[in-house]
Amino acid sequence: MSARNRELLALVPVAVLVTAGFAAVFITRSNEVTDLSLTYGGYFLALCVAAHIFLRIRLPHADPYLFPLCALLAAIGLVVIYRIDDGLAFDQASVFVLGLVLFCVTIVALRDYHVLERYRYLIATAGILLLIGPFITRNETNGAYLSVDLGPISFQPAELAKICIVIFLASYLAEKREMLSVAARRVVGLTIPPLKHFGPLLVVWGAAMLMLVFIRDLGSSLMFFGAFLALLYVATRRFSYVLVGLAMFALGAYVLGTQIPHVHERFDIWLDPFAPNGPAGAGQIQQSLFAQADGGLFGQGLGESLLKLPGPFAPDCQQPFPECGSILPAPHTDFIFAVITMELGLFGACGVILIYALIAARGFKTAVMAPDGFSKLLAAGLTAIFALQAFVIIGGVTKVIPLTGVTLPFVSFGGSSVVANMILLALLLLVSDRARRPRPDRASELGELGR
Amino acid sequence: MNTPIVRIYVLVLLLFTTLVYFTSKWTVFDADELEANQKNRRPLIEEQQIPRGSITTADGVLVAESLPEGGGRNPVYVRRYPEGALFGNPVGYSFVEAERSGIELSENDLLIGEENEFASIIDQIRDEQPAGANITLTLDAEAQQIATQGLQSAVTDPETPGGALVAIEPATGAVRAMASVPGFDPNAVRNQDTFRELQRDDSSPLLNRATQGVYPPGSTMKVVTAAAALDSGEFDPTTVLNADSPKEISGVPLQNSGGQSFGDIDMTTALTNSVNTYWAQVGEQLGADTMVEYMKRFGFYSVPELDYPSSQMEESGVYSTDGLVEEDFDVGRVAIGQGGAEGQLLASATQMAEVAAAVANDGTLMKPTFLQSAKDPDGRTIEELDPDEQSEVISEESAAQLTEMMTNVTREGTAAGLSVDGVEFAGKTGTAEIDVAAGINQPWFLAFAPSEDPQIAVAATIERCTGCFGGEVAGPIATQVMESLIDGG
Repeated sequence: MSARNRELLALVPVAVLVTAGFAAVFITRSNEVTDLSLTYGGYFLALCVAAHIFLRIRLPHADPYLFPLCALLAAIGLVVIYRIDDGLAFDQASVFVLGLVLFCVTIVALRDYHVLERYRYLIATAGILLLIGPFITRNETNGAYLSVDLGPISFQPAELAKICIVIFLASYLAEKREMLSVAARRVVGLTIPPLKHFGPLLVVWGAAMLMLVFIRDLGSSLMFFGAFLALLYVATRRFSYVLVGLAMFALGAYVLGTQIPHVHERFDIWLDPFAPNGPAGAGQIQQSLFAQADGGLFGQGLGESLLKLPGPFAPDCQQPFPECGSILPAPHTDFIFAVITMELGLFGACGVILIYALIAARGFKTAVMAPDGFSKLLAAGLTAIFALQAFVIIGGVTKVIPLTGVTLPFVSFGGSSVVANMILLALLLLVSDRARRPRPDRASELGELGR
Repeated sequence: MNTPIVRIYVLVLLLFTTLVYFTSKWTVFDADELEANQKNRRPLIEEQQIPRGSITTADGVLVAESLPEGGGRNPVYVRRYPEGALFGNPVGYSFVEAERSGIELSENDLLIGEENEFASIIDQIRDEQPAGANITLTLDAEAQQIATQGLQSAVTDPETPGGALVAIEPATGAVRAMASVPGFDPNAVRNQDTFRELQRDDSSPLLNRATQGVYPPGSTMKVVTAAAALDSGEFDPTTVLNADSPKEISGVPLQNSGGQSFGDIDMTTALTNSVNTYWAQVGEQLGADTMVEYMKRFGFYSVPELDYPSSQMEESGVYSTDGLVEEDFDVGRVAIGQGGAEGQLLASATQMAEVAAAVANDGTLMKPTFLQSAKDPDGRTIEELDPDEQSEVISEESAAQLTEMMTNVTREGTAAGLSVDGVEFAGKTGTAEIDVAAGINQPWFLAFAPSEDPQIAVAATIERCTGCFGGEVAGPIATQVMESLIDGG
């Protein structure tokens, strides 16, 4: 069976899930959602088919499972968002249109994605500008600078910045990896590379860390830095760099933790969310754990659990549900994983984690199969940062690490997240198509690259 | 470059495994702890969204119902108590503002329709809204009314804090009436200011005196002493002792009522005339061990095995300053329902009603219960009163002898002035002296009727009643309640 036929077949579970999920929510909440809202699922499936046909034409050899797995996540996200509020589900389905357009544009424009290497410094600058954007516009959310308001749309630039940074690192490391691997000298058993080649990396890292001090987003910081270390390790195969990097990060986190009250508070809450007289922010993680406890093994069922505070329990709301009046804060964005656990139980939650693990498997497989250094590093970097993002937010919600506000890729409600992850997926598929192209074609291309 | 990529993938899998581990910790292993966490309002809110089952008396009077409030798509249900103060105790209340008490607390699982995991999955498949079961109590509204009014008219004296009455069906353990005066209107508890006032009120209206109030039982205790004496085989109704007054008991002279000397009398006469010196000697001869053993068989020394919150029940027994004691007390004075410096006998009305019920039921104590039946919202019976034996207190023969002796009390003894629909009934008066100088007593009456094939057993008491005697104050209330509960009454 050809790759694209396998992809089409793998989309069948997505269709089943969307249909069953929407039907289940509609049945339980028929008095609260409109009949029209049932069509949002169909709308989403049409987009999936359109994307599939596009891939058939443009990238016939690309990995057949990456797209269906991401679609599966998006389907779970859409069903859960539909359960939270049917209006939000329409918005989310609409964002997928924009995401799909950018997905196609990326694939068409970057037919030869190696052009990215030429503009790496420009891309790095863009990434850093994107990161400091919210700080410049002074848009503060919960003590962190996470978004830029563009008219009616709130845009989280960190989502796009992560792609820019990975492209830069992949490109730079692909070129300099030989030099970086060669030991200049050894100090107490650690290999110290020539500073000349390490310089630009340190500058980018330092700049990113500095920005993170200003935007105060520990989650993004962890993601970026994790991806940086992963790429460094893949490029140089020197574990000592990873150790030095981790030590530097621990130092950075310690300084951040003690100097910035917002970060310090997050740590305190993480260590003991039920501390008497603890910080007010502890309520979020408490509610997350209570919601998960309600889920149990199999969950309460879609639409069956307590989310919207009823009658006398509801606070006076200026904003519509779910921004206000939900027992679990931000159920459609940061805490969507807690909603999934509450309604689909431990099994549903593990299913979601498994999908991320499968996407990571396909992504790293693409990296392994990729023909050249840049492609390998790009695929590995994108996959690593994607997996780390899932870990950071699920880990925050389940109290594995301090909670930070990053989105759950493809599942959380939100335009920038969907758009950025669609572009990330497009890049992975581009690398994959090149890597899996049948031999004769590939041989000529390798020659062309002069590898 | 491939080896590091594979290693990074392994690391990602390890990270994801910790996520699975923590998720299972919250959803399964620590779930109960989280659900019980004080800061977790979920169980409370979820319960408010379930229409709580109604509570009805055995004679069909609606005591508690839930009405939707707030309207709209997410109503919450709020409790209403149509009978007001009449059932404040023992039914209690259930409000978010005041939490729960009484039967509302002890039958909570039934009332909110708490089911096992399997049943709730079936309900989910059938798309049924969870709803609580409607329960029918064993209580009789008419008897409750008579008991409450009777007690209220007895506690008009401002010095008298209150009173209690409990009526139990001997053969089943069904509690047919439980009154505690002064009472409270459970509808008022929802207002937090009123609730705080009730909590601070000197007359303790929230206290269920029938289960939480323990008082010296006075001469009604002689029924327990007689049961121990007969059943242990050391005495029979004709055993003669000298009952002159005073008699040295534990080294201290003990008087009969009015200082009367009875000479040599048998046990029946001693019970009929409630002769202190006779019964104190019986107690001394039996010894503390035997007395405590029989008291335990009757249910003393632990809270009643009643389907009621244990926080709202008090143990009956001999109390020293350090709590309950089982030895080294003045057994002679405990045998007549009083006690000494080493330990004071205290009993609740529920406990004394259980004593009457056990004697009435051929010596077998049935577990007392409030629950007649519970039906799910579809009308299917999910629980029904199934009489359950608590203990075999005394033999059938001893019970028959004791019944005859107690019947003699109402024929020609201290309770001769009382009657129950013209049928023969068994009874025992009690008047514990609380403050001899001020004439403050704790009057009691314990009875069951009819003597032949008893249908109802009762204990009634008034707290700190000036110049009151058991037969005169507590007796008429108890007999009226019994009249209303005997066939056709």
